[in-house]
Amino acid sequence: MTASQLEPTGTEVRQPILQARNLVKTFGRVVGLDGVSLDLYPGEVLAIIGDNGAGKSTLIKCLTGAEVPDSGELFVSGQPVHFKRPQDARVHGIETVYQNLAVSPALDVASNLFLGREERVAGPLGSIFRVLDTKGMRRKAKEELTRLGISTLQDVTVPVENLSGGQRQAVAVARAAAFGSKVVVLDEPTAALGVRESNQVLQLVRDLRDRGLPVILISHNMPHVFDVADRIHIQRLGKCAATITPQSHTMTDAVAIMTGAATA
Amino acid sequence: MTQQQTAGPPAAGKQTDLAEEFLDRRTPLSRIRNILHRYPAVSPALVLLIAVIVFGLLNDRFLRVENLSLITQQVSVVGILAIAQTLIILTAGIDLSVGAVMILSSMVVAQLAVNNGLPAPVALLAGLIVGLAAGALNGFLVTRFRLPPFIVTLGTLNIFIAVTLLYSNGATVRGSAMPGLLTWTGSTFPVGPVRISTGVVVMLLLYIAIAFILGKTAWGRHVYAVGDDKEAARLAGIAVNKVLMSVYLAAGAVLAIGAWIQIGRTNAASPNAGVDLNLDSITAVVIGGTSLFGGRGSVWGTLLGALIVGVFRNGLSLAGLDVLYQTLAVGVLIILAVSIDQWIRKVKS
Repeated sequence: MTASQLEPTGTEVRQPILQARNLVKTFGRVVGLDGVSLDLYPGEVLAIIGDNGAGKSTLIKCLTGAEVPDSGELFVSGQPVHFKRPQDARVHGIETVYQNLAVSPALDVASNLFLGREERVAGPLGSIFRVLDTKGMRRKAKEELTRLGISTLQDVTVPVENLSGGQRQAVAVARAAAFGSKVVVLDEPTAALGVRESNQVLQLVRDLRDRGLPVILISHNMPHVFDVADRIHIQRLGKCAATITPQSHTMTDAVAIMTGAATA
Repeated sequence: MTQQQTAGPPAAGKQTDLAEEFLDRRTPLSRIRNILHRYPAVSPALVLLIAVIVFGLLNDRFLRVENLSLITQQVSVVGILAIAQTLIILTAGIDLSVGAVMILSSMVVAQLAVNNGLPAPVALLAGLIVGLAAGALNGFLVTRFRLPPFIVTLGTLNIFIAVTLLYSNGATVRGSAMPGLLTWTGSTFPVGPVRISTGVVVMLLLYIAIAFILGKTAWGRHVYAVGDDKEAARLAGIAVNKVLMSVYLAAGAVLAIGAWIQIGRTNAASPNAGVDLNLDSITAVVIGGTSLFGGRGSVWGTLLGALIVGVFRNGLSLAGLDVLYQTLAVGVLIILAVSIDQWIRKVKS
């Protein structure tokens, strides 16, 4: 994976990994996105915040192929792309952790990591009888979890439902990180979690960024956003109201921009 | 990255945190639960073992090889239907039409071979097509119209029964009139002192095949994932409707094989046979530890479930008890099995 990327320090010319230009999405007469642009640079955590109905979810869906924008352009590493399905975004290395986790509770950790892209054993046993490489997938799952610093979750044969909320989220994030070669999108990853579990997930987000993988984080939780984000994209009424940094603005400022009480 | 030190446990503490949390959950009771959860066939295996020992002590004849062979023959038809039922129930569905599909298929096979004079292999192939078509209809209604499987198969159950009676005019085709291949599944061959029926061997081979597919292939894993959490499976990139459709088709094919076994076992094809077979198949699946909520269970558990029902019926009648007590015992077993399933599902934190 892309190990050492440029630090998001700002001055030098950097190629955004993911770019959106003037995305418009309407639902009947309701305008979901009204010309939104966004840049995601290597090795940064970009948070997207906004009130309900501000267009956060629609924006994310357009970026991950869950919705097709009416107009506007998307670029991955400078190349124009058109996502029609979530699979299209996946092919381009964009992995999403959905709010409802999208893990299968009764399947074990390794099966969940490889769900939908199982690997088969080599040779005729795999190609003709389609036998799964269970051992190999378990080994790789363990390696991936170790890489993410969840090395104590050694038993990848445990059903996911036996794990705590934070650990499940870790499994979902690990899956995204394992296959997302370019971008990981996390939709409200801490919404259902307690304090300690939230911290575990936020630490995972930092670890991903430190490995050079940019992260888009959607959250309602201001302290979490200001904790991990490098830049914050504020959506308001279908538009990008401002893009700020935790250094340039306070939480109060952000909330004011979000609600329209102030401009950046 | 100045915010790194302000929040969250330090990097070193994080690993122990997760470990601690993980190990905390390993109390003795939850360990038993985890074992049952991972190996859903453990509890029915224990029940079967205890039942065999108890009935063996109650009556000398029970453990004789001829009697054990008889039990396997008695469960062979329900055993096959229960494979199809397991596949459907693993996807959180239920199939009330399994018995009706099997009877329809068996009538088509018998009529084509006897009344229309088609060669036996062609008749069997037609039976397979009937099974697949019935599965396709159920699958189509479940996936395209998003109707609950219970309702769909309740409807098709009645449709298939009516079609069977219309097609056969209510007449039974006797086995003596059929080509040998159709009743071959009822033939027996000696293995040492005991005679094994071909139908039982076919049933066991089918169990091995389906267990392999469910346990070792991506398709099998997707069946579990779809039954476990449909939305999660979809978001993980699984084509949920394709999986569901293929499950109903596979069940239809299994039922066609069941029709062949049924013809051999009863040495006839009767439109009135086995209307209650659908309930027996559900009973076997449930006693075998497969969850009616989907995503959990195995065909081996189902085989054990079918054997448990067979052993109870046979053992109780050998012990000289009225047939009503067999029904009573099966009822108690079902409720126990579902209670255990509920308890296992409480693993969730």
